[in-house]
Amino acid sequence: MTARTATVLSVAAMVALAGCAHKPKQLPPPPPESSVPSSGDTGAPSGNVGGSIVPGSRADFLQQVGTDTVHFDTDKSDVNSEGQGILASQARWLVAHRNVRVTLEGHCDERGTREYNLALGDRRATSAKNVLVAAGVSADRISTISYGKERPVATGSDESSWAQNRRAVTVVPQ
Amino acid sequence: MKARLIAAALTLLGSTAALAQVPATQAAPGAGPQPGQRLVVDITGGISQPMPIAIPTMPTPVVAHSAAGQTDALGVQVAQIVLNDLKGSGLFKPVAADHAVAFPQVTAPDYGYWTTTGASALVQGFVQANGDGTLTVGCYLYDVSAKQELARQGFVVSPAQWRRAAHKCADTVYTRVTGEGPYFDSRVAYVSETGPKNRRVKRLAIMDQDGANHHFLTNGQSLVLTPRFAPGQQEIVYMAFTNNRPRIYTYDVGSGRQKLVVDAPNMTLSPRFSPNGQSIVYSMSVGGNTQIYRVSASGGTPTRLTNAPGINTAPCYSPDGTKIVFESDRSGGQQLYVMDSDGGNQHRISFGGGRHATPVWSPRGDLIAFTKIGGGFNVGVMAPDGSGERTLTHGWQDEGPTWSPNGRVIMYFRTGQGSGKADLWSVDLTGVNERRIPTPLDGSDPAWSPLLP
Repeated sequence: MTARTATVLSVAAMVALAGCAHKPKQLPPPPPESSVPSSGDTGAPSGNVGGSIVPGSRADFLQQVGTDTVHFDTDKSDVNSEGQGILASQARWLVAHRNVRVTLEGHCDERGTREYNLALGDRRATSAKNVLVAAGVSADRISTISYGKERPVATGSDESSWAQNRRAVTVVPQ
Repeated sequence: MKARLIAAALTLLGSTAALAQVPATQAAPGAGPQPGQRLVVDITGGISQPMPIAIPTMPTPVVAHSAAGQTDALGVQVAQIVLNDLKGSGLFKPVAADHAVAFPQVTAPDYGYWTTTGASALVQGFVQANGDGTLTVGCYLYDVSAKQELARQGFVVSPAQWRRAAHKCADTVYTRVTGEGPYFDSRVAYVSETGPKNRRVKRLAIMDQDGANHHFLTNGQSLVLTPRFAPGQQEIVYMAFTNNRPRIYTYDVGSGRQKLVVDAPNMTLSPRFSPNGQSIVYSMSVGGNTQIYRVSASGGTPTRLTNAPGINTAPCYSPDGTKIVFESDRSGGQQLYVMDSDGGNQHRISFGGGRHATPVWSPRGDLIAFTKIGGGFNVGVMAPDGSGERTLTHGWQDEGPTWSPNGRVIMYFRTGQGSGKADLWSVDLTGVNERRIPTPLDGSDPAWSPLLP
C-alpha cells in the first residue's frame, strides 16, 4: 500500500511538474524502486525484479501508458478529449494484459461537500470505467471506488491544486 | 410557564436512573416564593444583551471524599462548568463572583452583596456526598434585583457522572430564563482528524457537548466519515472504508461492536436514523447515479425512495418522521428537496442563489440547516417551505451542520484554506455567537446527540 501510494504520488508530482493538467503528457518512466519494501500488498508480484520491468505490472503500465490519471472539470464527470486519449491508451494495455484486474479511483477537489463529493467521485470513476469498457476491456476486470475529497494529491487551496485533484486513477496492482 | 418550572423542580423524576432529579430539599426551606417576571432573555429577537450572571463556588455541607474528588473541590468545578455552559450560549455574561457562599446562604442569598456586582441573575448551589456513594448537587437560580428565587433543582448522580449534574444545573438556568428547551446535557460524536492533508487519519470520537469526557471509538486504520446518533444514543451510524469497501455501519457505543448495515455490492453513504430509530436512510451509488434508500435498522431489504438521475444524497427526516429533506443535483447544481417518507411528493424547496447541500431538519421542526455554496461555503437556515433563507457563519469553508437538542444552536465544521485542517464550531440562530468547540486534535463531521436520557 505504501509503495503504491508513493508511486501514485510521484506520478502525480510529475504530472504537476509537467505543467498544465489539460495537455497531453509525455512522462519519463517512473524511477526504479527495486527494493522498496511493500507493507501491504505482500502477496503481489513486484513490478521490478533486478531493475527490469515485469510485463503486466504497474511499472509496465505506467511506462507504456504514461499516466494512470485522467482529470475532470469542476463538478463534471464526463471524460474530456484528453482523458479519452489517455483511457484509450490504458485500454490498449489492458486488452494486451488480460489477467490484470484494476481499480478505478474517483477523486474530487476540496471545494465540495463531503457526501456530494463521494457521489461525484463515484460518477467520475464510473465514467472512466465506461470508456475502458467501450474500448474492449471486460467490465468485470474493473472495480471502482470513490474517495470523494479525502485523498488529494495536491495539497494547496488553489485552482491548480483543485484541477489536479479532480481525477480518476487507474490503479494496477504492483 | 414559570409555575410549571417550579412545580417540575419539586417533582421526583427518573428516580431509578443513574442521574436522578430530586427536590433540592436538603438545604431548601420549603417551597420558594413566586418567581419574578423580569429575568427574560429574548433569544429570537436578533442581538440581545447578554444577561449579567453571578455563579459563585458551590459550598458543601461537609467536606467529604467521593470517587469524583473532594466535595469542596467539586463545588469549584461544578460552578465553573455551569459558567462555561451559560457563557458559551452567548446569552449570559458572567460577572466576577469570588465571594464565599456559606452553606446556609445557598437558599438565603446575600442580595445586598450581589446587587453590587451588577449581576441580574445569581446561581448558587451545593455539592454533597451521600452515604451510598452518590453525590447530590443542588442548583438555585435567583433574580437579584427582585430578590426572588426563580428555579431550584437537585440532582443525585453517581460520581462518574458528576459533570452531568453541572450541565443539568446550567440547563435549568438556561431554560428558566430563555423559555427554550435545554441542551447542555448532551454529547457530540464527530470525526477526529490528524496527519498530512493528503493522508488524513480519521477516527470516530465522542465527547460531552463542552469537549469533556473525550473518547476515541475507532483506531484510525479505516477512513471513517459522517457519524450520526440513533435517537437512543447507544448507536452511531456512519460510513467506513473498511477493507477499501466504503459502506455504512452502526457502532454500538456500549460494546464497541460494529455492524454492516447493508451488504451491497456498491458504495453506501450518508446514513441517518429515523426519529423513532427503526429505520436508516442512506444513499447508494450505482452506475454513476446516487439514490436514496431506506432500510430497517435491524437489516432486511432496502426500499428505494428516489429515482431522478443524478446525485441524490444527504437525507434527513423531519422530527415527526413524515418527511425527508435531501439534496439533489437533478436540476443542475445541488439543491434541497423535500419528499414524503415513502418517497412521494418530491419537490424542490431551495431557490436562492448558489447551491444548497447537506440539509438537516431541526429537532423543533421549524427550520432546516444546510451548507450554502455560493462564493464560499457557509451554514445557513431556512423554513421547511424554503422561505426565510439566511446565512449564519463566516468561514472560508463551513460545512455539515448539526442541531443542538433544543434547535437553537448549530454545530458544524470549518476547514482552513490551504492547511485543510478542520475544526468544530457552533453558532446560535442569531449568527452572532460563533465559537470554536475544543477538541484534542482536528475535528469534522459533528453530530449532536439528543438530550441525554
